[in-house]
Amino acid sequence: MIPELGQFALILALLLALAQGILPIYGAHRGNATLMAVARPAAQGQFVFVAIAFGCLAYSFLTNDFTVENVARNSFSQLPLIYRFTATWGSHEGSILLWTLVLAFWTVAVTVFSRHLPEDMAARVIGVMGLVSVGFLAFILVTSSPFTRIFPAPMDGNDMNPLLQDPGMVFHPPMLYMGYVGFSVAFAFAIAALLSGRFDAAWARWSRPWTTVAWVFLTIGITAGSWWAYNELGWGGWWFWDPTENASFIPWLAGTALIHSLAATEKRGAFKGWTVLLAILAFSMSLLGTFLVRSGVLSSVHAFATDPTRGIFILGFLGVVIGGSLVLYAVRVPKMESGGSFSWFSRESMLLVNNVVVVAALGSVLLGTLYPLFMDALGMGKISVGPPYFNSVFVPLIAPAMFLAGVGPLVRWKQASLPDLAKRLRIAFFVAVASALLLPLIAGGFNWMASVGIALSLWIVFTVMIGFVERLKHEPGSKLAALRKLPRGFWGMQLGHFGLAWVVAGIALVSAYETERNVKMNVGDNVEIAGYTLTFQGVEMHDGPNYKAARGTLDVSKGGKPAFVLHPEKRIYNASGMPMTEAAINYGFSRDVYAALGEELGPNEWTVRVFHKPFIGWIWAAGIFLALGGVLAAFDRRYRIAMKKASTEPAPAKGAAVEGAKA
Amino acid sequence: MKRWLPLIIFAALGGFFYIGLHLDPREVPSPFIGKPAPAFTLPVIGQPGVTFSPEQNKGKVWLLNVWAPWCVACRQEHGALMQLAQAGVPIYGLNWKDKDREAEALMARQGSPYAAVAEDLDGRVGIDYGVTGTPETFVIDKTGIIRMKHIGPINADNWQAKFEPLLKELSK
Repeated sequence: MIPELGQFALILALLLALAQGILPIYGAHRGNATLMAVARPAAQGQFVFVAIAFGCLAYSFLTNDFTVENVARNSFSQLPLIYRFTATWGSHEGSILLWTLVLAFWTVAVTVFSRHLPEDMAARVIGVMGLVSVGFLAFILVTSSPFTRIFPAPMDGNDMNPLLQDPGMVFHPPMLYMGYVGFSVAFAFAIAALLSGRFDAAWARWSRPWTTVAWVFLTIGITAGSWWAYNELGWGGWWFWDPTENASFIPWLAGTALIHSLAATEKRGAFKGWTVLLAILAFSMSLLGTFLVRSGVLSSVHAFATDPTRGIFILGFLGVVIGGSLVLYAVRVPKMESGGSFSWFSRESMLLVNNVVVVAALGSVLLGTLYPLFMDALGMGKISVGPPYFNSVFVPLIAPAMFLAGVGPLVRWKQASLPDLAKRLRIAFFVAVASALLLPLIAGGFNWMASVGIALSLWIVFTVMIGFVERLKHEPGSKLAALRKLPRGFWGMQLGHFGLAWVVAGIALVSAYETERNVKMNVGDNVEIAGYTLTFQGVEMHDGPNYKAARGTLDVSKGGKPAFVLHPEKRIYNASGMPMTEAAINYGFSRDVYAALGEELGPNEWTVRVFHKPFIGWIWAAGIFLALGGVLAAFDRRYRIAMKKASTEPAPAKGAAVEGAKA
Repeated sequence: MKRWLPLIIFAALGGFFYIGLHLDPREVPSPFIGKPAPAFTLPVIGQPGVTFSPEQNKGKVWLLNVWAPWCVACRQEHGALMQLAQAGVPIYGLNWKDKDREAEALMARQGSPYAAVAEDLDGRVGIDYGVTGTPETFVIDKTGIIRMKHIGPINADNWQAKFEPLLKELSK
């Protein structure tokens, strides 16, 4: 009964999405206020029905209803409650439903926070989001219903993929989807601007906070995903350049470029066409990511749906959404007037160069991700592209962006003076270079990647500090009070750049100075790594809720004194029989000690992998800083003022639309 | 022209994706095709003292099906294999890394499509054959040369498309 209700709710949601997608856009075109007014209630109704459908699916999972095929295939009666809930989005069908739910959620957010928009603009934005939703709901109903029943029902389920049974999986997909799907708002604004032909600064101002919030979610999602890979895959790595990871990283890069481009468009009306294109690109890359992961075009750890009919449906949908937007772009872009002029050395030019660099880096990741597909499609053989390609192509491409992240914020809009800037940045430059040269002495070994990484990182840190100092120099009275008065947008930018510096430092240090040992151990054997001595105390069997585990014990001492104990596990999951490596990690600010059990060679004889990872925790801590910077920037005072102002004075376009309706 | 560039790039990508949808990324060409099947001698499950090695099948076209009781996809192809065995296709099993030794009980319960099942407990023979996962099926001709490798479960569709024409040709 409950699953059927879910199915009905989806059908009703699709009908509402159709109304939401067609009527308001047509209404905005004809100036019909009644049709435009459909947008908000239709979007809110759609959200309610998608939420009901999602609730029905979650209910089926929580109550172990194995008559539902999706539950039988992806859950298990012994699964802990929290994973029975997360199993709701652990499967292909469930994750697409989550996508749709998140899209409906963002649309409702737009209906609530768009009161200050001209009515026709809001109608178009909500309408475009409705059309995207139509595609996803139709996809679910036609190819991937999560509510299909099976008869006879199995006694028990097949279990959730053990890789996904990790606390990281509770937050990772919802955060990632909030980010992916959040770019649909910026996309809808761009399409609405293209449809209406109005590309004013207001359009950029409206899009900016939405884009930043989506980017924040994506940042958190990627950080959580990397954390999950580090803890769960047992290889000690934190980023694998796996196609699925790239599928989330590419939209992130596009979103990063978009945030910076929007800044220039809002403040100076500069490069509007480019900004529109980036808004389309960011959401297209999100859709592409979904396509790559869900269609099975590229094999990877995560691609659990290999089904060409689904792939063809998503591809057709991509063609309509992305192809349609790009046609609209090509037709409308000549009508855009370019905004304020700027000299070759100005904030605008720095942002533009930064954008080009980030998009080029994005291109290199995209190329590497799709290269095996290109080769295969051209009949030139099967190849795979691994980390060496990405490290040697992406890293040098993105390095100039790091340099510019230091320079850009200190350069004036419109026209700046190079000698003046050089004078202001002298100290930062010397400190950064000197530290890079000193580092090998402290770390006890030269590594050019570590040195360049640290130099860039410190460069950004010092330019951020110069930014604060210059802002406060001319403030009278208490500097602390002045610091508090600085706009949140400024704080957000500085924190974000600081987070970037931190993540670069973490990556550079761990990549250059991590050590690994792979040893065969009997009870009582020792292994030494970076000053730590690990003593193997053997392995005991122990029972988890839905798995059996061999649990190893390693006593760790440093300088002869016991420091901590590690318990790496090798688990066999009851339902699937799948073996899983559960690493044991001792976390620290300046290093992690990581141990994982390999193969059992004999009674109490195991291969053991141990790692010493200096500063790896910085990568995730910095990810949180990046996100925090985004949060501050998104809630800058000027956006809130804009909202209040607009709600008290009627927008002129609203009146015009009503006139149009009368005529 | 410049403003159409994004669309052109996207259209080209779309074309590749369309082709890509019809390719299987897991299908890696096996370097063993056209080479003699690696020799081995392993005990046969359920028949103490009896061993199996590929030379015993010289002179006939046969299938070597790599499977394991813990493998879910292998259960999917079980029905198809049973039908093929009834139709007289000689299928030999390689029971791969079955540490819990469940194969015999499982075959007693569900029926066995195999003429014989060799037990590759530590997976060494699997390594010789370049096995990356189960199920995988090798077609071996009368002279003991591997002619085809199929990754994933056998079903009616891929049997008709891939196996049947090849077996017909090899049996001539």
